[in-house]
Amino acid sequence: MSIVPAQEVVDLALQIAATSGRCDETIVIVTDCADASLRWAGNSMTTNGVATSRTTAVISIVRQGDQIARVGVQSSSVVDPAALADLVAASEYAAHTAPEAGDSAPLLTGSGEPADWGDPIPDTGAAVFAELARELSVGFGRSDRLYGFAHHVVETTFLGTSTGIRRRFTQPTGSVEINAKRGGASAWAGVSTPWFAEVPVPVMLSELSMRLGWAKRTVELPAGRYETLMPPSTVADMMIYLGWSMEGRGAQEGRTALSAPGGGTRVGERLSELPLTLYSDPSARGLECAPFVHAASSSERASVFDNGMGIDRVDWIRDGTVNSLVYSRAAAAEFGTTAAVPADNLLMTGGSAGLADMVARTERGLLLTTLWYIRTVDPTTLLLTGLTRDGVYLIEDGQVTAAVNNFRFNESPLDLLRRATEAGVAEQTLPREWGDWATRAVMPTLRIPDFHMSSVSQAQ
Amino acid sequence: MESVIRAVDDDFLALPRLALADAALSAARAAGAEYADLRVHAITTQLLHLRDGELETSVLDRQIGLAVRVIVGGTWGFASHAGLTPDVAADTARHAVGVAVTLSALNSEHIELADEPVHLDATWVSDYRIDPFSIPAADKVGVLEDYSGRLLASDGVDHVTATVHTVKEQTFYADTFGSSITQQRVRTQPVLEAVAVDADAGRFESMRTLAPPTARGWEAVVGDEVWDWTSELAEIPDLLAEKTKAPSVVAGPTDLVIDPTNLWLTIHESIGHATEYDRAIGYEAAYAGTSFATPDKLNIMRYGSPIMNVTADRTVDYGLATIGYDDDGVAAQSWDLVRDGIFVGYQLDRVFAKRLGKDRSNGCSYADSPHHVPIQRMANVSLQPGADGLSTADLISRVQNGIYVVGDKSWSIDMQRYNFQFTGQRFFRIRNGRLDGQLRDVAYQATTTDFWSSMEAVGGPSTWRLGGAFNCGKAQPGQVAAVSHGCPSALFRGVNVLNTRNEAGR
Repeated sequence: MSIVPAQEVVDLALQIAATSGRCDETIVIVTDCADASLRWAGNSMTTNGVATSRTTAVISIVRQGDQIARVGVQSSSVVDPAALADLVAASEYAAHTAPEAGDSAPLLTGSGEPADWGDPIPDTGAAVFAELARELSVGFGRSDRLYGFAHHVVETTFLGTSTGIRRRFTQPTGSVEINAKRGGASAWAGVSTPWFAEVPVPVMLSELSMRLGWAKRTVELPAGRYETLMPPSTVADMMIYLGWSMEGRGAQEGRTALSAPGGGTRVGERLSELPLTLYSDPSARGLECAPFVHAASSSERASVFDNGMGIDRVDWIRDGTVNSLVYSRAAAAEFGTTAAVPADNLLMTGGSAGLADMVARTERGLLLTTLWYIRTVDPTTLLLTGLTRDGVYLIEDGQVTAAVNNFRFNESPLDLLRRATEAGVAEQTLPREWGDWATRAVMPTLRIPDFHMSSVSQAQ
Repeated sequence: MESVIRAVDDDFLALPRLALADAALSAARAAGAEYADLRVHAITTQLLHLRDGELETSVLDRQIGLAVRVIVGGTWGFASHAGLTPDVAADTARHAVGVAVTLSALNSEHIELADEPVHLDATWVSDYRIDPFSIPAADKVGVLEDYSGRLLASDGVDHVTATVHTVKEQTFYADTFGSSITQQRVRTQPVLEAVAVDADAGRFESMRTLAPPTARGWEAVVGDEVWDWTSELAEIPDLLAEKTKAPSVVAGPTDLVIDPTNLWLTIHESIGHATEYDRAIGYEAAYAGTSFATPDKLNIMRYGSPIMNVTADRTVDYGLATIGYDDDGVAAQSWDLVRDGIFVGYQLDRVFAKRLGKDRSNGCSYADSPHHVPIQRMANVSLQPGADGLSTADLISRVQNGIYVVGDKSWSIDMQRYNFQFTGQRFFRIRNGRLDGQLRDVAYQATTTDFWSSMEAVGGPSTWRLGGAFNCGKAQPGQVAAVSHGCPSALFRGVNVLNTRNEAGR
């Protein structure tokens, strides 16, 4: 980006705030984003693009004694440095006119720039798709119709506070999804690939071809409860929703599915005899994400006062038992517990079997591919509805024998964990439904003895 | 209400719009583009969220940038940048040409645009009375504190959330045909929700206000001029208390009278998305999905009963998709999607109009950000009221045993727009043609054409309301769009109702 470097914007904004002296503390978060995308349908490219953008957020804090703080947040994508003074002033004004913040806490302190602070900011562009485009065009020349999307986003975030914190992190996020259609059959394959190195397009295409082959025989099945193998992508979509529903405050106040009857939360409740552990960890290999809080606004999941706080591994479920809920420092103090902040990834472990072994040990059941359009039906049980998509397969006597129609399901991720009878080996996967927000996931296959297919969907 | 003729804000008009257009369009042509357009796009958003009367989230964000779209040898190329100088605009145009050239080998369809009159130096501003960004945040928070306090003061209300999301969107568009268009619009979404907790039973129940998001200003939130906040905030605690004690629904085929506050979302999912041409021809096959309403069924397929008439428009007063000109430079229009129950129309942009053999696009191109490519997005899609002037009470009087469904809550539909499932805010039992208390744990599930074929009667114009959403998602990278849907109350026979506790195996 041929504009003032992000690091300088952080320093400049902090200087403007220090000079004005209108607020007691200031936090500046600058994120530079480079984005490249490529989309195709029916064996032809449809849309593409490259985008260069920056977001600058200025958080101003006015203190009155130890307990009372007022916060103002202004953010902007304007890159002209001349606009920075106005942005800081607007943030300061907002702080002065704000009511008291409920999540007030002392800011953390730091000792200045880390060694990599001034390093160049990584970029991306259409060139990352060169190899992919070559391999895709081979697929475009064949008879199956291909649809899909490749996306690469490189975001570098710089955090600076008037209390001396300086932290930076580069978050690469990449994904490739291919949907293949043959006659009335549809199949899907997706990978998460942070730097677009070695995207296995030929492997994906042959996997898709195999699955479309499974659909040579089709079987119509009615709604009902079926023994079902949920592969990692489907488990990820259900567990990500559970992860988003684990705010401590809501559970403490009796208004989420993690609230316990009689008061308090479900922390300590055993969901499963399987050794299932659901966790987030910024240093998880291949799923690295920001190891510190950079929150431009407060919510039930984050507090601007925690900016710069280290994020560690948190076991949300440990060995089958609910272990932890999300708390900012202020919420943790209010409820007498410890702060727990989720990293931007989600993993679950608890088994060792490969999918092929699990299929081989299935007498009769369904094998899913992906889930779609997942929404809350009943928040008290975290009952979710959604559809199966791009491949439901019938397993008979240990082998996939046919493709089955799609279904609408009604299931709760908590109940799936309560009823799972087997977990497979944890693998890196691309969540289908939540892939716009969450591409970093490692999940097992789960065997559910009685997955609830509520009705048949005619969609193919 | 007094209407105000508004102008585009001075700070947006002060941008070097013509210099940016000159730089981008001439650089694109010089680099080999046969077509180019420039869009300067500013989006200002404010989110205020109070929990139990305390401010939890307050953010004001302004996004601005420029986008250049080109056609080179029949292939699209797109690039965008945060910078707003002529040099950046020219560089970005060359970048877009580079993208098209780099990826042209993957393109097998020659891109052509349907004709459109040139709109030179056009300006359009939406109709709103109070610019939400002219009101200090503290005053807005004050209104939400007041509304929250009214709910919290009631016995039986344990928690209250209050959220207002306001947006101002400004665009300058110029293309190589000669159009140059400057536009500004605002939208506002106020939501309050009350929660009652039964800690001993480990259950809770919530009830949300029915005020729709609207392309109006702060007048939609403060006072009772647009929405009767006084009455609704006064009645919610009693409605919530009644709901917590209501019996659980008995599942099975049920006659439903569906209020416009719920039906708009069913229209959105089962008609709005299903009549998008890009979905119908597979552009969204890997993501948002396709549609059962394929081009071979146009003017042939029965979508619903003969009283079903559905229009699309970008012109309705206070509609969230209402605009002067779309992001292809096409003037706003209105047209039929379903007439007398038959599927007769699609939503189009200039590329798809050409592909469908139409003379002109109906103006559905939209990009939600300077950094996203315009795609075909939803117009305001609305079910027309009946001519015989039936009231909601008239519809209810026709039902022996049924449910009157009010307010939207959860929604889900499959990727070809067949199978859907919706819940709601309030479910009133109908017995012998009259309302008889609330029910809980209700969802309705159907297949699109079965559902619309079961529509026996529609209410008259007095029952027609405009609902809508800020958050309609589509495309990769994901884009969100705001859209409104108008509809009357309507009577449906024998819709499958689920009990959500039973669905959860309890």
